[in-house]
Amino acid sequence: MGDDDTPLLELRGVHRHFGNIRALTGVDLRVHARRVTCVLGDNGAGKSTLIKILSGLYGPTTGEYLVDGEPVAFTSPRQALDRGIATVYQDLALVPLMPVWRNFFLGSELRRGRGPLSRLDVARMRSIADTELRKIGIDLPDIDAPVGRLSGGQRQVVAIARAIHFGARVLILDEPTAALGVKQSGVVLKYVNAAREAGLGVVFITHNPHHAHLVGDHFTVLELGAVELDEPRENLSPEALAHHMAGGAELDALQHELQGGTLPQPLSSPYDERESGTKASHDQ
Amino acid sequence: MGSTVVPKVPPAAEGGEKTLRVGRRGPLRRFLTRPEVGSLLGAVVVFVVFFTVAEPFRTGSAMATVLYAGSTIGIMAVGVALLMIGGEFDLSAGVAVITSALSASMFAWWFSLNVWVGALFALAVSLAAGFLNGWILTRTKLPSFLVTLSMFLMLQGVNIAVTRLVTGGVSTRDISDMDGFESARAVFASTISVGGVSVRITVLWWLLFVALATWVLVRTRVGNWIYAVGGDAESARAVGVPVAGVKIGLFMTVGFFAWFCGMHLLFAFNTVQSGEGVGNELLYIMAAVVGGCLLTGGYGTVIGAAIGAFIYGMTRQGIVYAGWDNNLVMFFVGAMLLAAVVINGWVRTQADRR
Ligand SMILES: Nc1ncnc2c1ncn2[C@@H]1O[C@H](COP(=O)(O)OP(=O)(O)OP(=O)(O)O)[C@@H](O)[C@H]1O
Ligand SMILES: [Mg+2]
Repeated sequence: MGDDDTPLLELRGVHRHFGNIRALTGVDLRVHARRVTCVLGDNGAGKSTLIKILSGLYGPTTGEYLVDGEPVAFTSPRQALDRGIATVYQDLALVPLMPVWRNFFLGSELRRGRGPLSRLDVARMRSIADTELRKIGIDLPDIDAPVGRLSGGQRQVVAIARAIHFGARVLILDEPTAALGVKQSGVVLKYVNAAREAGLGVVFITHNPHHAHLVGDHFTVLELGAVELDEPRENLSPEALAHHMAGGAELDALQHELQGGTLPQPLSSPYDERESGTKASHDQ
Repeated sequence: MGSTVVPKVPPAAEGGEKTLRVGRRGPLRRFLTRPEVGSLLGAVVVFVVFFTVAEPFRTGSAMATVLYAGSTIGIMAVGVALLMIGGEFDLSAGVAVITSALSASMFAWWFSLNVWVGALFALAVSLAAGFLNGWILTRTKLPSFLVTLSMFLMLQGVNIAVTRLVTGGVSTRDISDMDGFESARAVFASTISVGGVSVRITVLWWLLFVALATWVLVRTRVGNWIYAVGGDAESARAVGVPVAGVKIGLFMTVGFFAWFCGMHLLFAFNTVQSGEGVGNELLYIMAAVVGGCLLTGGYGTVIGAAIGAFIYGMTRQGIVYAGWDNNLVMFFVGAMLLAAVVINGWVRTQADRR
């Protein structure tokens, strides 16, 4: 594949503990320009913790974080943003009581005037927020409306539009399509693709195998805080890829169970196993 | 900030039909969703009541007195409202005013300095107390109720103990014959004539502070951050807002206003009673809440808090002019607070219905 230039972002042996919870144990990750790195894993696998380290929200307990090959110790997401790393968080996004346009520029406000007289450039911020939101395919009735009055999906689109606008080099998206309709999801995927073509590195977290399949160049699977699989698309056989992205062995078992029509019950019951086994074999 | 990524595909929605779905809200609706609406209605009602029942209330000089009473609460309420919008509140604000006045007075008196030097020293003390509040709060992540309650108790004790130590009594010595007193009084506690009516200078300072704070809140980056920090501190931090810095700055702003009010007290009365100030912190909070600030933060205006303080001033003086029992002031202030909170909530939900 011949992609041996320095990665935009790199984690080396990163551990992150919360008290005695080990959210990440020895994770290595590389984010290259012009590539979409998909991070997959079950709920609680540590995906969000990983991207919060990348975005500077908190540091690793131990391990190294390098940007452009140089070790960094971000103490605030501001520093990550200043290096062109923008994030759509799964749980932290917008301030509900503030208007859409203020949320859009929060932390990166445009100003005019100098010194003590420098003030918000309200007109420019409103018009940019408006065009960026239209571009991504939502047309809000009122850009002055507090974000709390938008639907969940609309809020997510605002957060995504903001990250796309400010993410100059790396775009990190934590389940950005989770609350979106088919059309808006499609638009987000197109943006992910466009970001890659514009030379950005993208980290894309999703539980939706179709979405991952459509845009991913590199797949990292986390399990209980450790990297279980870390391969470029080229090295994965189509079957292995489909298997991992569809949820692996879990899904086979689930399919089996669902077709058997059994209720989730303790697996030790011999009655269940016999029953589902016969049904499934009948179906085939 | 960077180059915007644009996909090669055309944007999904060019839709003109969507824009028609919800019309822009009319100006009346917009007005009714403002935080200060409830307090404005309240102010009109209170004004009409006292205008009707108390004849002396109708004069220009009575209005000047009302405004003065409003300003004594209102100047502090500017800082307290900013802080409340930023998601915190300060129970030490009442005694902090006295701390400031005592510091200036006793420092200048003990070392026989120009009172302006005392005032500068007091400013440093007030800002330091505010900084300490904010620093402890952001460091320990304790609720502001606990941090500032501790500060309140400590300042109250220190006020009385240090005054006793320095002067041997409960109040400071008269400093009216000291250097710089006249100019300091002119700045903090003079009376000027506006259109034939004598107005205390604190009223003008109050208006200036309200205008300035409103501009900061609505038109500057710091103002944006104050709303964000009060609305959702974690989300604000995630997009790079310096949350701890904003909170510490807000507590120091309250410290600044405590200093200003302390200087007014000192130069208006020449001496300071060390045990005073207790309870005023709740009046400042009352003014902010009546004016539409949410106790939970992220919402409100400084203009609202000013209207809240103005209502307080009208009630305080109106009852005197009407010849009612002075002890009823607090009863009415309490009733007003309750009514304002209920009306604010009701107006908000009504106006939000589309
Ligand atoms: N701030 C925190 N304090 C304590 N524990 C935390 C914290 N953040 C995450 N954890 C724990 O770390 C583990 C990984 O959480 P994380 O949010 O990274 O999972 P995830 O892979 O993003 O899951 P999901 O798919 O549900 O979003 C979980 O066990 C979680 O409880
Ligand atoms: Mg997550």
